[in-house]
This record gives sequence, structure tokens and C-alpha cells, in this order.
Amino acid sequence: MSEWVIELRNVSKAYAAHAVLRNVTLQVRAGEFLTLLGPSGCGKTTILRLLAGFEPADGGEILIGGQDMRTLPPEQRHVNTVFQSYALFPHLTVFENVAFGPRVKGVKGAALREQVMDTLRMVKLEDFVGRRPGQLSGGQQQRVAIARAVVNQPRVLLLDEPLSALDYKLRKAMQLELKQLQRRLGITFIFVTHDQEEALSMSDRVAVMNAGRIEQFGTPRQIYEAPENLFVARFVGEINNLLGRIVTAAPPRYDIRVHDRVINLKSPYVFGVGDRVNVLVRPEDVRIWREHEGSAEERAALFPAVVEAVVYKGSTVDLAIRLDSGDVLSTTQFFNEDDQALMNLDFREGERVFVDWVHDWETILPHEE
Amino acid sequence: MSPRNAARTAYLVLIYGFLYLPILVLIVYSFNDAKYSLEWRGVTWTWYRNLLDDPDLLQAALNSVLIAALSATVATGIGALAAVALYRYEFFGKPLLQGLIFVLMMTPDIVMGIALLILFASLSLPLGFWTLLLAHITFNIPFVVVTVLSRISGFDRHLLEAARDLGATEFQAVRRVVLPLLMPAVAAGWLLSFTLSMDDVMVSFFVTGPTFEILPLKIYSMARLGVTPEINALCTLMLGATLILILIAQLLLRERT
Amino acid sequence: MRRKEPFKLTAVGVIGFWLTAFALLPNLLLVVASLLERGGDEFVALILTLDNYRRLFDPLYLGVLLDSLWLAAATTLLCLLLGYPFAYLLTRMPARWRPLLLLLVIVPFWTSSLVRTYAMVILLQTNGWLNQLLLDLGWIAEPLELLYTESAVIAGMLYALLPFMILPLYAVLEKLDRRLIEAARDLGAGWITIFRRIILPLTLPGIVAGCLLTFLPGLGMFYVADLLGGARAMLVGNLIRDQFLSARDWPFGAAASVLLTVLMGFLLWAYYLSARRANRGALP
Repeated sequence: MSEWVIELRNVSKAYAAHAVLRNVTLQVRAGEFLTLLGPSGCGKTTILRLLAGFEPADGGEILIGGQDMRTLPPEQRHVNTVFQSYALFPHLTVFENVAFGPRVKGVKGAALREQVMDTLRMVKLEDFVGRRPGQLSGGQQQRVAIARAVVNQPRVLLLDEPLSALDYKLRKAMQLELKQLQRRLGITFIFVTHDQEEALSMSDRVAVMNAGRIEQFGTPRQIYEAPENLFVARFVGEINNLLGRIVTAAPPRYDIRVHDRVINLKSPYVFGVGDRVNVLVRPEDVRIWREHEGSAEERAALFPAVVEAVVYKGSTVDLAIRLDSGDVLSTTQFFNEDDQALMNLDFREGERVFVDWVHDWETILPHEE
Repeated sequence: MSPRNAARTAYLVLIYGFLYLPILVLIVYSFNDAKYSLEWRGVTWTWYRNLLDDPDLLQAALNSVLIAALSATVATGIGALAAVALYRYEFFGKPLLQGLIFVLMMTPDIVMGIALLILFASLSLPLGFWTLLLAHITFNIPFVVVTVLSRISGFDRHLLEAARDLGATEFQAVRRVVLPLLMPAVAAGWLLSFTLSMDDVMVSFFVTGPTFEILPLKIYSMARLGVTPEINALCTLMLGATLILILIAQLLLRERT
Repeated sequence: MRRKEPFKLTAVGVIGFWLTAFALLPNLLLVVASLLERGGDEFVALILTLDNYRRLFDPLYLGVLLDSLWLAAATTLLCLLLGYPFAYLLTRMPARWRPLLLLLVIVPFWTSSLVRTYAMVILLQTNGWLNQLLLDLGWIAEPLELLYTESAVIAGMLYALLPFMILPLYAVLEKLDRRLIEAARDLGAGWITIFRRIILPLTLPGIVAGCLLTFLPGLGMFYVADLLGGARAMLVGNLIRDQFLSARDWPFGAAASVLLTVLMGFLLWAYYLSARRANRGALP
């Protein structure tokens, strides 16, 4: 099936009896920006290394452009890597570093010069041709690493946490630049990171990985708004987890008992009466009412709680709220100039409040620990 | 200077003095214009000139240089390859290989000399140039491996991979990336091997034959007969040559900032 | 299914071949030879025997062995006593001097020990430099018979081997974390305690390495014994050499060599143990 530029079928890999990848199956579309997201040790870098050809898979197939990569060494694959440590050749100038790939393929003279300079202009390093890597800043080295990979016009570019060594501001800027570069070149990017904000902001699709398996594969929105299991819900962004039990089942709607309240919610999953479920709510979807707000009967429908901690973050105020039933919820409240009531985010520790969330913005999953 | 520091400095000076005194005496007396006495009689180059007039000595010197250069070159080639392979790859028997290299470096010269002699005898190889060369290459290899390995361990692990990723075969990657970066260590390894080879006595003692004389053994046989100014001069020259080579090697191995 | 990797095969093949042919094989042959009988025309006769090892324990040869062990041990001990404070003081020198000071130790390390032993002869001769000096100073009336004594041999070996002790000691003392000593002092320990319980255990690998590098060569250095000890000095090194060259009793010489090798193995094992102990106790 050559509509996929990359295909992994049941790929597994183990290092000394320790399984790093377990039956991973993945299809990548040509021209997309795909991110492999997960904690350290989840296997995301291993996938990159298998694709690049630095190591063979123990089981399964790896196809690039429809071609089985099993017998192909790294130097013959149309895949290039941007390493986390950049791996620039210290004894060569910026020009020579970028020219390395074309030179090996036999490109010489004016054609070589043109190819290299074009790429350097793309990463805005045309003035640094004569410098050595040791004379460049971290951000500049990173661009050389990208240029050196991209000049070869690979089908796929593999990026192994390339931005992790940069400071915050530079990182944000490079995220934007990389995205624009990818759009311009049209090359498929496979990007590895453990930073979920990075993954969400840059990718067309994200594969969330854990312990050698893909937990969920979808667009950033799908990953964030509709996590398919507890790991994804917890790993990507913050989540509040409330235990519930199905009281009445009328799929797709269910009456769910959460603590001492029964709420009617929707879910694509099929549950039976008596099933236990996790009701997952994002902090920004939590709503808080003060003691004096609303009528008594309105308040009766809410969860009573106490404010435990207040964290001012500049654009938001984060609160840790303990429900009377014992659960602690984390919430994020945004300043909103249009709503006078919400302007007053002057919560104090120990204050009594009433809590609910925007119904149907939550996710309901079968119960897991 | 506090008494403590004075005592420390004194001790250091004492030991340094001990290390260098005999050598300095040797050098000084190679210029002494007296054949049998050690009373100072003035500076002369006679003894050095006499050396040049001795054809056997010159031949032995030439032989030593030849063996040293050849064995250093071959040992550097094999040793550098070995260091790269040890750094880069896992392979069957790797611990055994590492162990062998270590043991080779630690083996007392006399045991190595004897063992090689037995090997050559059992192969009925005549003792001379070739056996000497093989022996020298063998004991030089571990030093090259250690020198190159310690430099290569400082590299970014991914340099070779990056080169292959960009389209180079392993050979090309080693040639264009690893070797240029290792050049200082390789050169230092060559110089150290050359020095070891020039100065070797005990291994050479057992594996060379009358057809191929080398300098250290010549010095040894001369020295057994007694002290003469010619030997002093010869030894001074050897010391000088070694000193220069070691200085260059140390300069090459200095970390570049 | 595995890809062939030509470079890896070449590199590993070359070194593997060379070491097998010229390191492993000769030593195997050495062991084999030590178990054979001496031959008539040939160097060995292909008859298995343990006689060679038995002869090693003959009082005559045992004496030689013990003498050598004693001389080598004395030299090693002296090297240690002189070299340890020296190496320690080196590490306390200002950083900008250390490369130079270290170089001054490395130079004797690399120069021919034969040449340096010869220099020792000049020093110790009856009409040598040391005697001249003492006579001139009036400290003695007649020249001392310094050469051809056991002390001369020890002095010669000490001179040849001292750098081999200093360098490993320096390497391990330099890595010593000063803060450990400060912490101990902070807890009230005296210098002797600090040395005994902190410095010594942590520098043990260096000590063992230094002893390895001095003791083993000390057993084999026949030219030192020749030049400084004359005909009277018969050490293991000389014994082995004689067996191979004059007496033509190769198997016996081989047996003595194997003994040396076993000793080396034993010392290497001690080194390995000491390094492991030091690592286990080390801070992460």
C-alpha cells in the first residue's frame, strides 16, 4: 500500500531480554508532520533508529515507500536524521558539514555549491559558511544539523528531540520555524519529543506511546479532547479523574452516579448498569461558584468543596479544590474581561465554593486503576 | 615560605633530582675530554665523532630506526582499526579480545620474548629482521589501542551514525569523519610505538639473530664490558631522540580547548 | 538475514588474527613447552613431563626464585614509599605547573631503562661520580665498592622503575575527591585515621597497579642484574635467559616463565578485586 510513506507492521525490538517495542503498527502519510510522544523509555527513539537503519528490528516489517527495509543499510535509505546532540562533524566547517551528504553522492563544483547555499539560506545561516560547529551557538548548531539533513531531499526526516537543549524562548521560535520549513519542503517529518505541548502545537498527528506500545494515534485535538485511555488522558495535559457508576443505561446517554449526585452524560462507549467508569474532566472545563452566587436550588445540583491552594500564573489562576467527598480537583480559571463575575478570581484558601463542569465536555472511560 | 611548604618542595626536588641526576651525569661526561677518568678535562666532540666512524654502530642505528618506523606504522594501522572496532561494535569474543590486549600490555617483556621465540622456533623461522619486526609490532599494538581509544571515547556517540545516515558506507564514514578526528591520537600512538621500539631490549634480545643488529642490544653488549665515553655519547643521543619524540607526542595528546 | 558489515569484519578480523597468532598462540606454546622434556638437537622433545616444575622447587633454583622475589619486593616497597608521597605532593601543586611536572616524570618513563641503568653504573663505579663526590667532600677516605652488590641492583631497579609507580599513583590520587577529606576532618578525624580509612582504600587500585608495574618487570630485568650485580647476581630473569641461551634447556626456562606469568595473573586478580572494592564504596 504505497499511499503510506512509512509503514510499521507488528514491529518489535528487545535489548537483552528487555522488550522496548511490542508489536507496533503505524502508518504515516506522505507529507505529514507526525510526532511520537511519550515518557523516556517508551520506545519512541527506538522507532526512529529502526527507521534510520542503525539497528534491525527483531520482528515485524518496516516499509518505506512501500519497500521492505530489512536488507537496506542506513546509507542507502532515503531517510535522514537530526540527532538530539546534533552530531555535527567538529573538524568540518558549516559548509562542509552540509555538503557531506551531496559530496558522498558525487555532487561537485557549482552544483554542489548551489545546493548547499540554497539550504543554508532556508535556515538563515548563509553568513556562517566558514565557521566550525564549536564556534556556533546552540540554536545555530541545530539549524546546521537540520540543513545537513534536509539538503539531501530525503523522503522522510527523523528528528530526535532536536529542541530539548534549547532554552524556552528559542524553543518556541524554533517550533514555529520547523513547522514552516516542513510545510515548505513537503517532506514527511517524524518528530520525537516528551513535551506534550510541543507535540500538540506542531503535529498533524500524534502517536502517544508508553512502554513500547502506541496508546493512541490521532490528531492533537483527538488526543487532547478524546483520550482513549487513562494513560493518554494523564500524559497529555492535566486531568481530573472522578469515579462513577452507571445507574441507567440508554446508550449513548447514561445516568452516572458521581459521589452523591446523578448526572446524565454522553459516551460513545457501551456500558451496562452497575459498571464502574472514570469520568475525566480537564481543569479548564471546571466551573466554580461562590457561596453567595446563584439560588439555593441551583447550588443543590453542584458539588460542595473547599479551596485548598491558589496558584496565580499570570494569565490564569489555578486552584486545588477538595470536594466534600474527598477528591481533589485541579482547575484552571481564565480571566475574562467580558464577564464581571469571572473577573473576580480572588479566591482564598479555606474558602467554601461549589463545583461543576461543563457537561458533555468530559470524557468517560471504562474503569482503570 | 612556610616550613611545611619548604619540606614539600624539598622532597619533590629530591626525587626529581634522583630521577635526573644519573642521566645528567651521563650527558655531561659524554662531552668530557678524558677517556678513562671521570675528572673533568674540558668539552670535546671526539666521542661523538668516533661514533660516526664506527660502521657497525651506524648500521645498528639504521636497523633500529628501520624496525621502529615499520613496526610503529603497522602497529598504528592495526591498533587504530582495533580501537575503532572496540569502541563502535559489539561482537562475539569482544571481552576476550579486550582481555588479550590488556594482558599483552601487562606481560613482562621477558615472558613475551620467550613466548615469541618458542613460536618462531616451532615454525622454524630464522631469527632476524622478520621475527624482530613481528615481535615489535605485537608489543606496540596495545599502546596504540589505549592511546586511540582514550581519544575516541570523547567523541559524540552519533558521529559515525550521522555520516552513514547521510549516505556514507562504514569505510567512507571512518575515512572522512573518524580518522581526521583521531589523527592527533594516531600520530601520538605512532610516536610512542617508535620510541618503545627504539628502546626495547628484552624482547629483542630473544627474537633477533646475529644477522640483524640493533642499537639497544649493541649498547648492552658494549656496556657489559665497561663504561666508555663512546657509550656515553651514544646513550646521550638516544636520550635526546626519545625526548624529542615524547615531547611531540605529549603535545599532540593535549586536549584542544 | 543480518546485513554484512565489511568494515567491522575487516577491523575485528585483523586484530583478532594478529592477537591470536602473536599473543595467544605463543603463550599457549610456552605452557606446552614447559610440560615437555628438553631435546637433543631439537629444542624440545615431545614427551610430557612435570619435571620442569619439580626442578623449580630444587633448593638451588628455589633460592634464585626467592632471591628475585625478595629483590623485586624490596624494590617495589621502596618505590611505593618514595613514590606515594611524591605523587601526592604533585597533586597538591598549582594546576598550571602540573603539566610540566608531570612531563618531567613521563620523560624518564619513556626513555630506555637500559640507558638509565647504564647511567647508574657511571654513578656507582669505583671511579664513578658518587665516589668522586664523596672523596672530594672528604666524607670517605677510600672509594666505596658500590657496584656488584645487592644494593646496587636494588638501586638500579628502583631507578628504572620509580616512574612506573609514580604515574598510576598520581592518576588515582588526582581523582581523589578532596571533599571527602574535608568531610572527615569536619567530623573530627585525625590525619592518620583519614589516611587509613579514606585515602588508602580509595587509592588502593593505584597502589596495586603501581606494584604490578614495578614488581613484575623487577623479576625479569636481567640487564639490571647484569650491569650492576655482575656475575654474582642470578635472578629469575637471568635464569630464564641462561636456560634459553646457554643451557639450552628450553622447557625449564619455559616453566620459569610460566611461573612468572602465574604471578602476574595473581597480581592482576588482586588489582581487579581492589578496583571493584573501591568502586563499590565510591559515591555516585
